[in-house]
Amino acid sequence: MKISASVFLAIILLSCNSKVEQKAVDKTDNVAQNEAELKTQDFDLEVYDFEGLSPLLNKTDGKTYVINFWATWCAPCVKELPYFEKLQANYNSKNVEVILVSLDFPHQYETKLKPFIKTHNLKSKVVVLDDADANSWIPKVSENWSGSIPATIIYKNNKRGFYEQSFTYDELENELQKF
Amino acid sequence: MSTTIKLLTLAFVTVLSVMFTTPTNYTTDGYKIGDIAEDFSLKNIDGKKVSLSNYKDAKGFIITFTCNTCPYAVMYEDRIVALDKKYAPKGYPVIAIMPNNTSVVPGDNLQAMKQRAAEKGFTFPYLIDENQDVYPKFGATKTPHVFVLKKTGIGNIVKYIGAIDDNYKNAKAVTTKYVENAVDALINGNEVPEKETKAIGCTIKN
Repeated sequence: MKISASVFLAIILLSCNSKVEQKAVDKTDNVAQNEAELKTQDFDLEVYDFEGLSPLLNKTDGKTYVINFWATWCAPCVKELPYFEKLQANYNSKNVEVILVSLDFPHQYETKLKPFIKTHNLKSKVVVLDDADANSWIPKVSENWSGSIPATIIYKNNKRGFYEQSFTYDELENELQKF
Repeated sequence: MSTTIKLLTLAFVTVLSVMFTTPTNYTTDGYKIGDIAEDFSLKNIDGKKVSLSNYKDAKGFIITFTCNTCPYAVMYEDRIVALDKKYAPKGYPVIAIMPNNTSVVPGDNLQAMKQRAAEKGFTFPYLIDENQDVYPKFGATKTPHVFVLKKTGIGNIVKYIGAIDDNYKNAKAVTTKYVENAVDALINGNEVPEKETKAIGCTIKN
């Protein structure tokens, strides 16, 4: 972990923020929220090494987490992103959280990733994993992962599924309902 | 009668549980370390077919599944050329295979492959897996994905599967050169130190 204290602080602040936002969303309509987000001219990416990302993959708070590993340069990932967004929209209020873990290259954060997040108006939480020594962390995500993306984890407490595949919305919802 | 119903129910539950657990335990088939890799005959960018058996003097092979369109593969192109330059004279040539379906990824068609090979000065064959039946035998899932084979009296034995090195971003920041270590070990008659490694890559498109 590079800057552990501030990263932790950031996680705490962001998790507080998302709770506040969630309540706000309940009270406002989607249009107003879209406008509010579009007004945000710039934002900071949450960039982690694997050690920093790890807590997000191992929560035991009774919530179901859908973690999707993707990148803007990965065509099948981009194709299935709307299904993850739809899942987030439909299940957000049902104790489910979608987290999109971007594997975009650092030199493209500003030129590709941020513009993508903005133009697609992604509602799910996006974090970035920047850890070049993939051999050290891929097996920690799943022993079954060969390393291709898209790849997805669905987990709730200690129950966990790993999927090195593309999803349709129905397939994704079907898997989620097992948790 | 009730026994039959119980048995039927049990069978039904078993079928259901198999149906629902299979995707979760998704694993890829293909060669494991120690398996003998079947020979293949694939078209090179010059139109000629290439097989492992063409290489009478080779001691082994660095089979690299790669393509034009995957940014990870592109970042490794120079390093693949360097591997061939270093190890072809020592009996371990690189053979690159492009596994993607070119109707899904036109940027990987034969013409584009020719162009890319010329631009980057590929010193090795750049083959196309037109029928997409070779990469599944290897169990390649992504580009780049490397298989080091050692030629023996009984066939080409898979000795290493995985990544080229431990830093895709920066060749200068690499601390472990997995493929080089594997080939060096084979040349010196030693055990490959790390036989399998993992790396991020682009899914092979079919």
